[in-house]
Amino acid sequence: MATPKLILMNGTSAPQAQPAGGNVAQPATAALKLRVRDVNFYYGAKKVLHSVSLDVPPNKITALIGPSGCGKSTFLRTLNRMYETVPHARAEGDLRLDDEDILTMEVTALRRRVGMAFQRPNPFPKSIFDNIAYGLRVNSSHSRAALAEAVEGSLKRAALWDEVKDSLHKSAYALSGGQQQRLCIARALAVNPEVLLLDEPCSALDPIATAKIEELLFVLKDSCTIVIVTHNMQQAARVSDQTGFFLLGKLLEVNDTRTIFKKPARKETEDYITGRFG
Amino acid sequence: MSFRDVWRKSVNIVMFSLTGLATLLTVSVLFFILGYLVWYGGSSVSWNFFTKLPTPVGEAGGGMANAIVGSGKLLLLAALIGVPVGLLGGIYLAEFGRGTFSHFVRYTADLLNGVPSIVMGIFAYTIVVLPMHHGSALAGSLALAVMLVPIVLRSTEQFMRAVPVSLREGALALGASKWQTVATVIVPAGFRGIATGILLSLARVAGETAPLIFTAGGNNFWAQGWNQPIASLPVMIYNYALSPYEDWHRQAWAAGLVLLAFVLIVTTGSRIILSLGFQSPRSG
Repeated sequence: MATPKLILMNGTSAPQAQPAGGNVAQPATAALKLRVRDVNFYYGAKKVLHSVSLDVPPNKITALIGPSGCGKSTFLRTLNRMYETVPHARAEGDLRLDDEDILTMEVTALRRRVGMAFQRPNPFPKSIFDNIAYGLRVNSSHSRAALAEAVEGSLKRAALWDEVKDSLHKSAYALSGGQQQRLCIARALAVNPEVLLLDEPCSALDPIATAKIEELLFVLKDSCTIVIVTHNMQQAARVSDQTGFFLLGKLLEVNDTRTIFKKPARKETEDYITGRFG
Repeated sequence: MSFRDVWRKSVNIVMFSLTGLATLLTVSVLFFILGYLVWYGGSSVSWNFFTKLPTPVGEAGGGMANAIVGSGKLLLLAALIGVPVGLLGGIYLAEFGRGTFSHFVRYTADLLNGVPSIVMGIFAYTIVVLPMHHGSALAGSLALAVMLVPIVLRSTEQFMRAVPVSLREGALALGASKWQTVATVIVPAGFRGIATGILLSLARVAGETAPLIFTAGGNNFWAQGWNQPIASLPVMIYNYALSPYEDWHRQAWAAGLVLLAFVLIVTTGSRIILSLGFQSPRSG
């Protein structure tokens, strides 16, 4: 049986250039946006991630799939250390963002570089403008003009500008669910993150709103690296460049998306993808 | 129908009536008091009551302007001292409070809440009145402030906790520090609730007499400063009700009515603020 690590290496960086069974030291880590090695994660005494390793190449979309409770959201939250809001949660291992150690980095600086959008849209009870400007305001002071420009730019990047440009000072709660989710993505984009983490961003949205978000992701990957957790296999197949399959706290398999969906190496992956469990 | 069925049915009716009766009693007590106050004090609530100083016995046309303003000043100073402490303490408990220390603080606050108000008066008497050798607005306000702290603290904590976790995460994920998250997202989102808690706590202590009698003292004229004795409605009611004069009794009823009206207005007002929902965003 191949160890997860070997399979993993087949799927890292440019899959076509990767020699089968390459060893861990080989790949050009400098080209990686995120490099994760042997990450274990604990809620108190309970271990929920077991030696997860993953390479995330820049300007690609990495999808993480797997049944509920498999640890994929927890893993996503190690990448910007959002797990730290949970008491007694602890990550150990080697997590690197551009070769810098994520676990020892100043956490606010990390989160500015690694943005996140959540399962349910969570706009602040403020105006649309203030929602987008929030990240800029807490991080440094900006002139009114610079803020307005940044807000417009972020809303355009999130393909929301045309819909809200006349109501920037109205409450964000007046928007539809799909618009709120794009607002939250725009809010994350406003601080110009290098990586964007999406935790099931479409699970609360209808198919049309979902399609809009997916279109958006294609455009966004030119300017940032995206890691998306999704329950929706079709979505992973549609949007991502590489896909990782989590099961019971382990990253069982990761490879380029076409391979995962056409010819998965592991039986568990195939069973999950074809709907035999999960 | 068997005996058993009849028995069950009658128990049902009796219990239902008893609970209904108790409910009715609760509600009617308030209306009874209100009616009584209006009946006896309504005629004395006049323009003079709000604008004039008390007059000597037998002289008509006196009011309680000094006591109304005095109560207002006492509450204001009490709020200035007590609200920031309660507010910041509540924020601490809601945001940073984990572990045994916070349990201890919560428990202490609940105990403090249950301490008889006259004990608060003794406390303020000992640390302010005794050194100054006379009652003062400052001493009265301090006694009221000590009562405000635990109420504001607990209500602030509860309303902050009611703010959805997703908002907190949203701010933290944008690189906000914990304090920035609290100050710019959580407190604004819970603002209505927190403000309501503060108003209700003020309404609660506005009618307190025991902590004021030997701290704020009493004054038949305008208070000369924060370090001088000051009149207040509850103490005025106490003094006037104990007096043997018929027209002072009427004044006491009127003062009671004004005080109750104040409490009712604040309480109802804050319920209305709260029912508007603290979820509803204010655009900026």
